Amino acid sequence: MTKQVQQLDRVIIRFAGDSGDGMQLTGDRFTAETAEFGNDISTLPNYPAEIRAPAGTIPGVSSFQLHFADHDILTPGDAPNVLVAMNPAALRANIGDLPKGADVIVNTDEFSKRNLAKVGYAASPVEDGSLDDYRVHAIPLTSMTVKALEDFDLSKKDAERAKNMFALGLLSWLYHRPVEGTIGFLERKFAKKPEIMKANVAAFQAGWSFGETTEDFVTSYEVKPATLEPGLYRQITGNTALAWGLVAAGERSGLDVFLGSYPITPASDILHELSKFKNFGVRTFQAEDEIAAVGAALGASFGGALGLTTTSGPGVALKAETIGLAVSVELPLLIVNVQRSGPSTGMPTKTEQADLLQAMFGRNGESPVPIIAPLSPADCFYAAIEAARIAVKYRTPVFILSDGYLANGSEPWKLPEVADLPVIEADFAAPDQEDFQPFRRDPETLARPWAVPGTAGLEHRIGGLEKADGSGNISYDPANHDLMTRLRQAKVDGIANDVEPLRVDDPDGDARVLVLGWGGTYGAISAAVRRVRKAGGKVAQAHVRHLNPFPANMAQVLKSYDKVVVPEINLGQLATLLRAKYLVDVVSYNRVRGLPFKAEELADVIRDVMHSD
Amino acid sequence: MTDALALVPKSDLPLKMKDFKSDQEVRWCPGCGDYAILAAVQGFMPELGIKRENTVFVSGIGCSSRFPYYMNTYGFHSIHGRAPAIATGLASARQDLSVWVVTGDGDALSIGGNHLIHALRRNVNIKILLFNNRIYGLTKGQYSPTSETGKVTKSSPMGSVDSPFNPISLAIGAEGAFVARTLDSDRQHLQSVLRAAAAHQGAALVEIYQNCNIFNDGAYEPLKDAERRDDITLRLEHGQPLVFGKDRDKALIRDGFGFKVGSPDDPDVVVHDAHTPDPSLAFALSRLDQPAFTHVPIGVFRSAPRPSYDSLLNAQVAEAKAQQGEGDLAALLASGDTWRVD
Repeated sequence: MTKQVQQLDRVIIRFAGDSGDGMQLTGDRFTAETAEFGNDISTLPNYPAEIRAPAGTIPGVSSFQLHFADHDILTPGDAPNVLVAMNPAALRANIGDLPKGADVIVNTDEFSKRNLAKVGYAASPVEDGSLDDYRVHAIPLTSMTVKALEDFDLSKKDAERAKNMFALGLLSWLYHRPVEGTIGFLERKFAKKPEIMKANVAAFQAGWSFGETTEDFVTSYEVKPATLEPGLYRQITGNTALAWGLVAAGERSGLDVFLGSYPITPASDILHELSKFKNFGVRTFQAEDEIAAVGAALGASFGGALGLTTTSGPGVALKAETIGLAVSVELPLLIVNVQRSGPSTGMPTKTEQADLLQAMFGRNGESPVPIIAPLSPADCFYAAIEAARIAVKYRTPVFILSDGYLANGSEPWKLPEVADLPVIEADFAAPDQEDFQPFRRDPETLARPWAVPGTAGLEHRIGGLEKADGSGNISYDPANHDLMTRLRQAKVDGIANDVEPLRVDDPDGDARVLVLGWGGTYGAISAAVRRVRKAGGKVAQAHVRHLNPFPANMAQVLKSYDKVVVPEINLGQLATLLRAKYLVDVVSYNRVRGLPFKAEELADVIRDVMHSD
Repeated sequence: MTDALALVPKSDLPLKMKDFKSDQEVRWCPGCGDYAILAAVQGFMPELGIKRENTVFVSGIGCSSRFPYYMNTYGFHSIHGRAPAIATGLASARQDLSVWVVTGDGDALSIGGNHLIHALRRNVNIKILLFNNRIYGLTKGQYSPTSETGKVTKSSPMGSVDSPFNPISLAIGAEGAFVARTLDSDRQHLQSVLRAAAAHQGAALVEIYQNCNIFNDGAYEPLKDAERRDDITLRLEHGQPLVFGKDRDKALIRDGFGFKVGSPDDPDVVVHDAHTPDPSLAFALSRLDQPAFTHVPIGVFRSAPRPSYDSLLNAQVAEAKAQQGEGDLAALLASGDTWRVD
């Protein structure tokens, strides 16, 4: 039969299955094929905290959404055009997100009475007409995989496990993806198990061939490569970008990186990644707890290393006292918080932006800490370098607020030239100074000297007790404490003049409404702004990367607009800070569902504000 | 002085005790045991022959933790219980430093218990001086994790119902490779233990019985009373038979998993072996003072060498550099799957 080829400008696919079905791997591979093909991409993995929730249940569903296009895109997409559901639970958990007319590929082998009953289907939705609004492709993926592998020396179970590769092969055919990368990947991954390797490749190819021959799919689709700036690209997740940014900060400062960390979702991947870079002089210390992790990092900083700790919100709560100590002793320290849903344990694998006020105020005493929030997966790389620059230059702890969405999401990244990355001057105190004073400040930055042990003639003691201005000796003098408190604050406030001003995107310069976001919502807000503008709406957009201190032009930007909308995945934390500091009554939009915003949802919010009085 | 300090630069000139005294006024209560320990440490440090600027004292919170302010070295007075964690980072990042931790029974064994045991099991290259006065001093007199059961304090008016830790047993149980005990009032013995601790490559735990004359005066009186002390104090020396008593007329004989007291002439007198990898003997010795002050061993219970944490960590760094070459950022960025857009 002749197959038709249809051109599309963008597609959103969601792979969904049981935690053990390999959906994350399938999604990763499809993403890699798509990146190689040259589309712009944005991904959203979504998986349960349980390693293996009971098989076939809704809590056990793991999914991976991928948006790819022939133009630049900003989000993983609101609603999938295609759902691959490996079992009834995956169908039930995801079908509500699909628009009518979407393609649904279901693995009918898993639609047994028992599996249907597990998730509350009385009859198979594939047969009872309840999916009539969709284009359903009922395919026995498991048994076709087993059949394709019958000549291999494999157990039935091992053969069944290759069904995700069959599905990947089918989807790769459907969207004209290049296959060499996946075959090469399987050859490397299963190099030590040749039979499994060959079987997975065979399943992948069988899926492709099935697409080509079946009458179920009469059309395949092409999405042309996107027009991206020339350069060398790679696909990168936020956690990897952050880890590489920290390595880069070490290289650009000449300091050895010392990471103290305790495993915690969704930050652990940064520990895993950094532990690979010992040849860069990166030392990773998996501590006994969160407190020891940050303590060791601060101890390393005292010794002249670039000390850092990586964690998520509950870990930050435990580290608070040590971060306060770092404020008091004025040493560089990076604290990476990959935010997740809280309070307490919350929803560990789900995203949120609700630790901004914790970073601002979550310590005793007046304890200012600069805060930087990356706005996309690739921006995590640059945010890490910027945080290190500030920490070293101003001798201060700095928070990096990433989040679960950025951490695991990915996008194409145009690689920078190393020479273009900023140089960070450690500027250690020189030995044998007359009248050395460990708390005598640089008049411009208010930073104190970084005099590391081993430097002759500068022996001195630091600690959490209040220090006399200059000498650093213990002081209970009332006026001195007032002075030191204000100096520490002034030092951090002064950073405002040393960071990029807030850039406002207001194409015609006549918008009356500004959308102001921070952190991982950048993609969704930008996509929403585009939609509003496409329909003729006038709206300005700005995204805050430096949350403490705010850029120097913040007040002016806020006052330039009649209304300022602040969408946040919390109950209004940036809004609270803006209202308190600038007396501007911003319009807060808040959802805390553990999921990123959808572009259409924010477009509606912007339109509502534009049309209200 | 020993291989343990091989990576620490040597002082060009011999140093003296006064070189280690800072200009800060010492502010412990008059009569506090801490003064004697400070003098003993300041008097001992020149012996190491290392540069003063490569010596660091790290402390937590408590009376003892003021110690670094009085040492004319680098110092870090940190937060309650966390000194071993901070020192772990420092010692791991800087093998050219001699890092000492000063802590107390509340700091090390209550709020910082977790860090203490993990520093010991990792054998981090830090020397931990645990001043044990069996009371909270800085907060003015509450019972501590080494206070005896039944102790009446401000927070236990009817007597403490807690069972105390035995720090030596705890340290041995935590896989401590070097575990010793000494007394604030016996300067010579204290310095001999510091000497042994400094020679250990890795974590050394030195429990120092220290008298708090304000809130727990006389806690160690039996060990200081000239009439009684020699009959209950057992001085541990590696390779020597465990003989004690004013007239050296008593000796320890193995008895099941423990000991009985017998005659020095007994052929089965136990010979102390601090170096054996098996911690059983050291642990059994640590139980001798229960009930309190039956017999109290002082000296080195255990000194069993094994690689220190910093040496293993830095060996991996060296190995990675040797195998993969010095890290190249541009090569890292371009590694794996990339594609070019023209």
